[in-house]
Amino acid sequence: MSALISIRALSKTYRRGNQPVPVLLGIDLEIDAGDYVALMGPSGSGKSTLLNLIAGIDKPSSGSLLIGGVDIAALPENDLAGWRAAHVGFIFQFYNLMPVLNAFENVELPLLLTGLGKAERREHVETALAMVGLAERMDHYPNELSGGQQQRVAIARALITDPTLIVADEPTGDLDRQSADDVLKLLDRLNRELGKTIVMVTHDPKCAARARRLVHLEKGVLLDHADAEAH
Amino acid sequence: MLAAYIVRLARKNMWRHRLRTGLTMAGIAVAIVSFGLLRTVVDSWYAGAELGSSARLITRNEASLSFSLPVTYAARIRRVPGVRGVTWVNWFGGIYVDDKHFFPQYAVDAGSYFDLYPEFVVPPAQLSAFQHDRRGVIVGRKLVRKYGWKIGDQVPLKGTIYPGTWSFTIRGIYGGADAKVDEGQFILHWDYVNEALKRALPSLADRAGVFVVDIDHPAQAAAISAAIDSGFANSLAETRTETQKAFQLGFIAMVDTILLAIQTVAYVVVLIMMAVMANTMAMSARERMREYATLKALGFRDSFVSLLIIGESLSLSLAGGALGIALTFPLADAFFKATRDLFLVFEVRPLTIVLQLVSALLIGLCAALAPAWSSARVRIVDGLRAVT
Repeated sequence: MSALISIRALSKTYRRGNQPVPVLLGIDLEIDAGDYVALMGPSGSGKSTLLNLIAGIDKPSSGSLLIGGVDIAALPENDLAGWRAAHVGFIFQFYNLMPVLNAFENVELPLLLTGLGKAERREHVETALAMVGLAERMDHYPNELSGGQQQRVAIARALITDPTLIVADEPTGDLDRQSADDVLKLLDRLNRELGKTIVMVTHDPKCAARARRLVHLEKGVLLDHADAEAH
Repeated sequence: MLAAYIVRLARKNMWRHRLRTGLTMAGIAVAIVSFGLLRTVVDSWYAGAELGSSARLITRNEASLSFSLPVTYAARIRRVPGVRGVTWVNWFGGIYVDDKHFFPQYAVDAGSYFDLYPEFVVPPAQLSAFQHDRRGVIVGRKLVRKYGWKIGDQVPLKGTIYPGTWSFTIRGIYGGADAKVDEGQFILHWDYVNEALKRALPSLADRAGVFVVDIDHPAQAAAISAAIDSGFANSLAETRTETQKAFQLGFIAMVDTILLAIQTVAYVVVLIMMAVMANTMAMSARERMREYATLKALGFRDSFVSLLIIGESLSLSLAGGALGIALTFPLADAFFKATRDLFLVFEVRPLTIVLQLVSALLIGLCAALAPAWSSARVRIVDGLRAVT
């Protein structure tokens, strides 16, 4: 497999008042296309920051970050937004669905940036919702769905544009064990059957065990990255 | 496609807090109604003056309206080329029952006055009866309706300018030639008042408050006015002649400050609502920071988020504005009925409706600017961390 994500000497420093607060310190990492990586580490280790940089929703202070050969750190804001729309699917811990939109409309949202016609969008959304087992719930609003169902809608939204990369920030952090298991099975399917590259931040070792590869961070430094056999 | 989607999503967002939206919309409606009514009050003041004819001139004492002119001026004015007719009027200023029952009373030259005011329609028999009775009066239909008077009734007035208690007999009732004519006047004989003055205060007799001059062509008003005034230049009582419209606008100039205050209040109401609405939109935007960050993470541009907020704000303000405009008409009617003595006309003008609409637009736009700007600028990672 070739490297989809290539990270070299990546650093990120925030400022708190006048004080610089280093969060990532010279990270080197390569993630292959089709890989399933779990980023682990204690709170404040920088794993969410690294995920945000990979997803293109934050900019590094220094170093290079190539995804599919594109230096996303150098992209202007509007181009970066377009790049995210085309290449990244997001799964958040708290689902982040729009409360005024039903399941169908939430999943349809990223397609509005693609120029697809209404009929094509409907076909895509129905397929995605069927894939996550919510074809019967497309008219339901988020507050009419359980946490697990909401996260499955979020997964359908993440894969609707057929992105290169799916980033998941604690995707099971707000779910009960059964719902968490359903969500992880879905992520397995996305990786195995559709070949999606997944980068996931998690605190949960059981959740991390589903990934092919574990990457540990501590105090902004990559400790080790051991390949892990999924399942 | 995105524009239509913004409108749809903005409308859905608008109704997320029904109570807040309802109250804000009601506030905007009240502000727009108040703006419309206050503007209509100001317009109505000016409308009364604008009803004045440009073909009639008013000649008064150059020094002040409170000084009168010798009635003998009438004959000299009549001789000025272009003048078709002359009559004269004194403000009587009596009190009927008490101060609260105010209506304008004019002592007029009975033989000529109604010739110059064809808009006051009096049945010929009643006009003749009035002209033949020096204590007779002609009253407007509005006064008849208000006080239940009828022809032959005696109306006592307590004089203020002209001392004593005066008793008049209603000999005629006039109606307006159209709906804009004031039907609230009380018209009595100048001769009757003048005779009494000759007995009691001879120095004040044979004087006219103003002369009303009918001219052949309104276009000659300036030249005829100048000719009349030059005829009395360097006399003991110099004159000032102007069109009836200019004369009435001069009266309004006396209450200009009040009208300016009313206009200012109208705009202040809109400004206050703008601040209230800005607070509502800022609250809404703050609550939805994580949603906006999610939209941006999904690939929507900053401008999409800004337009979403502006769209919601405009939807809310225009809905409130439309409600306000719709309510302005029945409320203006009710206001007019309650204040019939104050205004001759009370019509909501098209310009007022346009200004109401523009105000609603401005409220929505200005209220959205700060939250739209800050929400667009917020970093996605900060927005995603926002507590909602």
